[in-house]
Amino acid sequence: MLRWQGMTFPDSIFAARFGLNGRDLERYLAEALSRGGDYADLYFEYLATSMVSLDESIVKTASQGVSLGVGVRVIAGERTGYAYSDDLSPERILHAARVAACIAEGPAKLDKFGLQTGPKRNLYPVVTPSTEAEFAAKVDLTQRADRAARAYDPRVFQVQAVFADSLREILIATSDGVVNTDRQPMARLSVRALAREPGGAPQTGFAGGGGRVELRFFLDEKTPEYFAREAARQAIVQLDAVEAPAGEMTVVLGPGWPGILLHEAVGHGLEADFNRKGTSAFTGRVGHRVASELCTVVDDGTLASRRGSLNLDDEGFPTQRNVLIENGILRGYLQDKLSSRIMGAAQTGSGRRESYAHIPMPRMTNTFLLAGDSDPEEIIRGVPRGLYCTSFGGGQVDITNGNFVFSASESYLIEDGRITRPVRNATLIGNGPESLKYVSAVGHDLKLDEGIGTCGKEGQSVPVGVGMPTIRIDRMTVGGTH
Amino acid sequence: MSGTLTALAADIVRQALAAGANDAECTISEGEEFSANVRMQEVESLKEAGSRGAALRVVIGQRSGSSYTSDLSSAGIAKMVASAVEMARFTTEDPHCGLPEPEELGALEQDLETFFDDVRQLDTEEKIARAKRAERAALDVDPRIANSEGASFDSHLGAQAFANSRGFAGAYRTSYVSLVAIPLAVEGESRERDYWFTMARSVARMKPPEEIGRIAAQRALRRLGARKVATQRVPVVFEPRTARALLGAILEAVNGEAIYRHASFLAGKLGERVASPALTVIDDGTLPGLFGSAPFDDEGVPTRRCVVIENGVLKNYLLNTYTARKLGMKTTGNASRGYGGNTGIGPHNFFIAAGDRTPEEIVRGIADGFYVTELMGFGTNIVTGDYSQGAAGLWIRGGELAFPVSEVTIAGNLNQMFQDIVAIGSDLEFLSSSAAPTLAIGEMTVAGH
Repeated sequence: MLRWQGMTFPDSIFAARFGLNGRDLERYLAEALSRGGDYADLYFEYLATSMVSLDESIVKTASQGVSLGVGVRVIAGERTGYAYSDDLSPERILHAARVAACIAEGPAKLDKFGLQTGPKRNLYPVVTPSTEAEFAAKVDLTQRADRAARAYDPRVFQVQAVFADSLREILIATSDGVVNTDRQPMARLSVRALAREPGGAPQTGFAGGGGRVELRFFLDEKTPEYFAREAARQAIVQLDAVEAPAGEMTVVLGPGWPGILLHEAVGHGLEADFNRKGTSAFTGRVGHRVASELCTVVDDGTLASRRGSLNLDDEGFPTQRNVLIENGILRGYLQDKLSSRIMGAAQTGSGRRESYAHIPMPRMTNTFLLAGDSDPEEIIRGVPRGLYCTSFGGGQVDITNGNFVFSASESYLIEDGRITRPVRNATLIGNGPESLKYVSAVGHDLKLDEGIGTCGKEGQSVPVGVGMPTIRIDRMTVGGTH
Repeated sequence: MSGTLTALAADIVRQALAAGANDAECTISEGEEFSANVRMQEVESLKEAGSRGAALRVVIGQRSGSSYTSDLSSAGIAKMVASAVEMARFTTEDPHCGLPEPEELGALEQDLETFFDDVRQLDTEEKIARAKRAERAALDVDPRIANSEGASFDSHLGAQAFANSRGFAGAYRTSYVSLVAIPLAVEGESRERDYWFTMARSVARMKPPEEIGRIAAQRALRRLGARKVATQRVPVVFEPRTARALLGAILEAVNGEAIYRHASFLAGKLGERVASPALTVIDDGTLPGLFGSAPFDDEGVPTRRCVVIENGVLKNYLLNTYTARKLGMKTTGNASRGYGGNTGIGPHNFFIAAGDRTPEEIVRGIADGFYVTELMGFGTNIVTGDYSQGAAGLWIRGGELAFPVSEVTIAGNLNQMFQDIVAIGSDLEFLSSSAAPTLAIGEMTVAGH
């Protein structure tokens, strides 16, 4: 029997605007379990977005939008039934619940539960969400970025600047009896610059960042000028780039965004769904050495205001700091509800989904390598010949054989311990369980990325963060031409 | 279904004009999706839902504003209209931002076979059964197919409506079904995964599930025991699946937005020889039954056949109204719009015309080379043409596929690579809206150990 316990959630848009109450939630959950499922949850989402884009010093796009809906999930054994509706009327939600319920074949579950609100915390306290800020202020950010990038160097001839923000309001109710709400702000400014010598071929540079922050962040902390100059600088550097080397060599990765290495080499392979199914190159390796003892890798969803952070995951479970690799030894997997049930493991706050229209799965949040004690400059000085990479376009991994790539967008030759020429874009390739064994130095300069990453898995995109100090990898294949 | 949507889109346009817009265009889409995942012969997940959404762009003076909503209630629509009009206050005056001229608007009248009712009629049990059959067939190929990421059957029914203030209103329906199998091959320490799929507008046009499973398994098996090779320069053959990725680079490079920004290695090269005379690239939205076909684009302009590269000479960029005006040209009917922002550019059926050699003949002519079956990474720079990707495949020795290779990269520059196309296969097949036959490049750098 379901019992109504008078719980309310007045801070939620779903109560205020759509009249949703605890009794409704229990009715929907009961319907979802009407065919005997083991577990059900509801994910209500209201997403407001806005975007400004500037190109050729002209504000060409100003856009706003709203999407909303609810996803109903039912788990029966290892099976998942899922249905969603972009109409929040009780009839449509009940219909979705009935559709999802069909994954189970049995009598209704008569779980006795009353819904309780979960513990509250706020990793991203935002008074005025960026989506509700004065639109003209966002336009101004893009115009400032445009001016700054052009002022950086006369060889900069094209600038695109985009400011995009969103406010996601969610309510998650589970048949375990928990109701949680969250307001998840996000804002991002990005700048692309093109530069060329008179009569020469263009080169491109890109920079951007943000997080779960207010508009003020871009006025006080990371200004449009900061990102614009960085984009322009990268484009200018590339004007002198020579062909990249090809073959195995020593690679030094700079701090921050190159932490994408960990996301691809390690992170995806440790997501529990792949390991439960035995399809990951890391399957069965918990307790084994998968990296040099200098490497400790964590996935931490609790960092204040970071792009990859969440108060609670998209299944309503609080995020936490998960140690993936400790001094080179594989420690554990990233778990969501379904995998943790099947594997008999604890949830790790890693269940995420792109939207109400998507089934949750284990995902990363902010993934980074902890600082070591080497001096970054010493690390470079110790390399007779190699490649120093400071920025990347993106990466990808084949979970099963463990091979991963990440594509460098700014890198330099190291010759006799000195950084010499910039080189053209090159993709680096390695093998997840092997590559980190060649990490021979870890710097003390841990840095997280600027807040620009989006991770794709099985067609779902979620915002993530990465980070790393300067590291030296003794052996890695560099995909140049020369 | 689509008639109601068209009326709604036209009504939203009227509301936008009433709210002060000089011009307006509205697109509405509606869809029903179904997905069944099966793994190790058990149902893993079933998903089913329907959704709708509308997007609006208004022009006020020479400024444009955009908005979208998934809330098609009258309140939701009113909010979207007010929002688009408000947004137009913040953009800069831009003389090129208007709608297409009335004489450019229109819809193809022939049946493009974008919708088949058999997709609607197929029941859930049959969808699950087909996914199981595909996975079963993969598992039965060889005992080394010891695991599976499963098989999925997806179906989608959709409707698109578009109306603007220059008198255009139209709609069309779409359907598709797809089946994919992802088996794992395991032998000793070697574990490899691959996939194969079939996708069609009609259930009747799908390949048999057994064929999908068998091909997927064979692809995974032939990767077992893959090794790195030494760094060297050799001929590189792209099978159709990876040749499509190169075609994707051409698509980005001929996008009108990249052209007017000079952000493409093909910018300013119209009329020049940009590739081997063997290469012809075409975009065609008028081919019945294919995935990229549509009676009109997302600005209400009829689709057409557009030759992008003809015998190696760059003939056309892909343009929408805005980029065409920027470049002093005419739209090619390639406007494409998502929900947010301005109209972008998208292909219809974008393909490399078939050559006259079989894939076997192409491989047979190569003493030492790399046959690429998988590409990884983001190492394609459209601005410069610099190209560097992770790759896996088979090594060609003495004209035969000799042994599997992985954890290597291939690199070059797209300008040189396209000039250096030495063979194009006869094996063009549309598995999706872009398609390429086998393609061989004279020489690239393969980096390994």
